[in-house]
Amino acid sequence: MGYEMRVEREPQAAVSEGEALAGGVVVRDLNAWYGSFQALRGIGLLVAPRRITAVIGPSGCGKSTFIRCLNRMHEVVPKACATGQVFLRGEDIYAPGVDAVEVRRRVGMVFQKPNPFPTMSVFDNVAAGLRLNGFLVRRSEIAETVEKSLRQAALWDEVKDKVNRPATELSGGQQQRLCIARALAVEPEVVLMDEPCSALDPVATLKIEDLMRELAKEYTIVIVTHNMQQAARVSDYTAVMMMAEDRAGEMVEFGNTREVFTNPKDRRTEDYITGRLG
Amino acid sequence: MSISTYQRRRTTNALMLGFCAVSAFLAVGVLVLILGFVLAKGISSLNIDLFTKMPVPEGEPGGGVANSMVGSLITVGLAAVIGIPIGIGAGIFLSEYAGPRLGDVVRFTADVLTGVPSIVIGIFVYGLVVLRMGNFSALAAGIALAIIMLPIMARSSEEMLRLVPQSQREAALALGISRWRTILSVVIPVAQRGLVTGALLAIARAAGETAPLLFTALGNRFLSLSATGGPIDALPLRIYRYATGPYSEQHQQAWAASFVLVLAVFVISLTARLLLRRR
Repeated sequence: MGYEMRVEREPQAAVSEGEALAGGVVVRDLNAWYGSFQALRGIGLLVAPRRITAVIGPSGCGKSTFIRCLNRMHEVVPKACATGQVFLRGEDIYAPGVDAVEVRRRVGMVFQKPNPFPTMSVFDNVAAGLRLNGFLVRRSEIAETVEKSLRQAALWDEVKDKVNRPATELSGGQQQRLCIARALAVEPEVVLMDEPCSALDPVATLKIEDLMRELAKEYTIVIVTHNMQQAARVSDYTAVMMMAEDRAGEMVEFGNTREVFTNPKDRRTEDYITGRLG
Repeated sequence: MSISTYQRRRTTNALMLGFCAVSAFLAVGVLVLILGFVLAKGISSLNIDLFTKMPVPEGEPGGGVANSMVGSLITVGLAAVIGIPIGIGAGIFLSEYAGPRLGDVVRFTADVLTGVPSIVIGIFVYGLVVLRMGNFSALAAGIALAIIMLPIMARSSEEMLRLVPQSQREAALALGISRWRTILSVVIPVAQRGLVTGALLAIARAAGETAPLLFTALGNRFLSLSATGGPIDALPLRIYRYATGPYSEQHQQAWAASFVLVLAVFVISLTARLLLRRR
C-alpha cells in the first residue's frame, strides 16, 4: 500500500464481547429511521471500556445518527426512531421500560459546535447537570464537582478567575472544553463526541485530542470524526461506516486502529482511507 | 427608445415613488398627529387633578379620573395575571410539544380568536361570568381582556421560543435533564426578553380596549378596589362616557384622559421594542 497513515496508538488486542458487555457498550443489529427513510441498517459494534473508539466514514453515512442512538438522542428528532439492542454495561437501553432521560445521564455527549448555555456563567454551565437533574447536592459539593470537572477538561487553569463570567466570553476551543466539563460533571459511564473538533482551529483541536487521551484513562469514549488523521492519532479502535445503495448507513469494518488503517480488510475501507472514496 | 417613452417612464417612476413615500409618511405621522391632536384638545384639563381627584357631578367644574386610572390598572393587571401565563403556556405547547397537525389547528384557532371582535368577547364574558356572579366586576373585565391578550401572547411566545437554537435543547437533554426542566431552565431564559416584549405588547393592546369593558366592568363614578365586588371604572370607559355626554368640561377631560392612555400604550410599546433590540 503506497499510503502511510501515522498511527500513534499501540495496537490493541481485539475487543472481547465479554469486556464490552461488562464495562463498555455492545451494539447489536441497530436500525434507525427518519420517518420512512432508513438511516442505519444492522449495525453491530463492541466498544471497549476505557478506550477510545472512533467511527469514521464519508459524509452522510450515518455516523452522527449512530452515535446519537447510543444515548437515545436520535429519537429527539421528530418522527425518528430506532430498533435493536444497545447494551450499556450489560443493560439494554432500548429494552421496554427504560427511561431515555436516565440513559442520557449515564452517557454524556459533546456536540459538533460548542453549545454552552448562553444565559449561564462558566460555573453554572458545569453545575447545570447536577442542579437541573434535581440531585440534592450541597453548595460545597457542587463547587467541588465543578472544579474537578473543569480540571478534568483541562480548563480550570484558564478559567479559574472567571468562573462567574458568562460562558459565551470563552474562546471556541475553551467553550468546547467547557461542554466536555459539563458532560463530565454528571459522572457519565460513557462519553460520546460527535465531531467535537470540526468547528475548532488546529491548536484547539490538538488540545481536545490530548484531553481525550487523558480522559480515556477513566472513561469509555466514542468519537465520530470525518478527520481520518484524527481517528488515527487518538483512537484505539476504529469502525468504518459506508452508505449502502439505498443510502442507509452500514458498518463495513471494525478493528484496532492500526489494523484498520494499515491493513484494511474491506475494499471500501481501503478506498476511503487512501482518498479514492468519499 | 424614443425620448417620449423615456420621459413617460421617468414620470411614472417619480409618481409611484412619491405615492409610496407619502403613504409611508402618513402611516408614521398618524401617531404623531393623534398624540398632538389629543394633547392640544385636552391640555387645559391635563393637570394633577386629573390623576388625583374623583369625577365630580355633571356640570360642575374640576375633578379628575383617578378612579378610572386605578380601575384600568386593576383590570389590566388581572388580565395580565390570567392571560400571560396561559398565553406563554400555549406558546410553549406550540413550540415545544405540538406535532405539525395539532400545532396548525391550535395556531389557526388562535389567529381566528385574534380576529374575533372584542365586543363579542365582552358579551361572551357577560354571559359566562357576569350573569353567574350576579354583578359586574373587575374580575369579569380582567377575564375579557385576558381573552384578548391570549392569542397575541401565545403566538408571540411561540415565535420567541422557536428562535432558541435546537442545539441548546439538545445540550440539556443530553445531560439527562428532563424535557420540562430543559424548557424551564434552558429554553425560557434564552427567550426571556422576547417573552417580556410579547407580554408588554399584549398588555398595551388590552389597556386600550373599550368594548369588552362595557359588559363586564360597566363603569363606576367611585373608587373601587375590589376584584369581585361590583362595577369598576377604566380609562377607556370614562373617555367613552365623557365624550358622548353633553358637557364641555367632560369633553376636555376625555381628551386629557385619551392623551394619558395613548401615551401609556406608546411608552409600553416603546419599552417592548427597546428590550428586544438590546442584546
